[in-house]
Amino acid sequence: MFDIVFWILAILIVAAALAVVFLRDVFRAALALILLFLLIAGIYVTLNADFLAVVQILVYVGAISILLLVGIMLTRDVHRGNPSGKFRIPAIIVGILLIVVLAFTIIDTNWMISSSPPLDNTAGAIGTTLFGEGGYLLPVEITAILMLTAVLGAIVLIREK
Amino acid sequence: MTVGLEHYLILSAILFAIGLYGVLAKRNAVIILMCIEIMLNAVNIALIAFSRYITPLALTGQIFAIFVMAVAAAEAAVGIAIIITIYRNRETINIDKFDLTKW
Repeated sequence: MFDIVFWILAILIVAAALAVVFLRDVFRAALALILLFLLIAGIYVTLNADFLAVVQILVYVGAISILLLVGIMLTRDVHRGNPSGKFRIPAIIVGILLIVVLAFTIIDTNWMISSSPPLDNTAGAIGTTLFGEGGYLLPVEITAILMLTAVLGAIVLIREK
Repeated sequence: MTVGLEHYLILSAILFAIGLYGVLAKRNAVIILMCIEIMLNAVNIALIAFSRYITPLALTGQIFAIFVMAVAAAEAAVGIAIIITIYRNRETINIDKFDLTKW
């Protein structure tokens, strides 16, 4: 059952990613990207990462996709569509080489798979790891500063002179 | 063969390669930003798969994935702002025409 869910999700994810890259209409490519984000949330569920699946839907499907759609609407080049540049053939070769090298490395490596079962409910454990003793409190604070800088930077960049 | 760590890692590698192809080959700046998001998601899948199969109790990979998502959100906001600003000045989002710093 679990295997079937993984294979369906994996095939749909690859198909959606290829649709993002190869569809002519930019708007349809963005819709395929939103489908891709939703399917990746499903992959997180199969990996017992329930909190991250919810965060994926909130941040990617809810926020980033809307940002990209607004970007498409404000900069629409309808007649130009989604053409490929002059690096099309080298890019395909680089991509296939990357897949081959990574696949060989992944299959050759002897992974130390842990035998202990995964946590059932990850939200509380992630909270204590992030904010607890010896955790990641400093990176969380730095992320807050990064977010503030990004918001201010976006406002300054986009403001009418 | 049951689904294990290798399957997730190879899915992540395929997704990363598709995103890399898009970044290298496409001309539309918004599409390039979307392909960067695909690559970040591929990395997240790999991180969470490592977290699930190698350190299922420490959750380090999931914490890293949360930080990757935060940085991705900031990057998307600034990237779209830059693209809209350039579109205002140049009336195009074709990156072949982005030669503002070239002289």
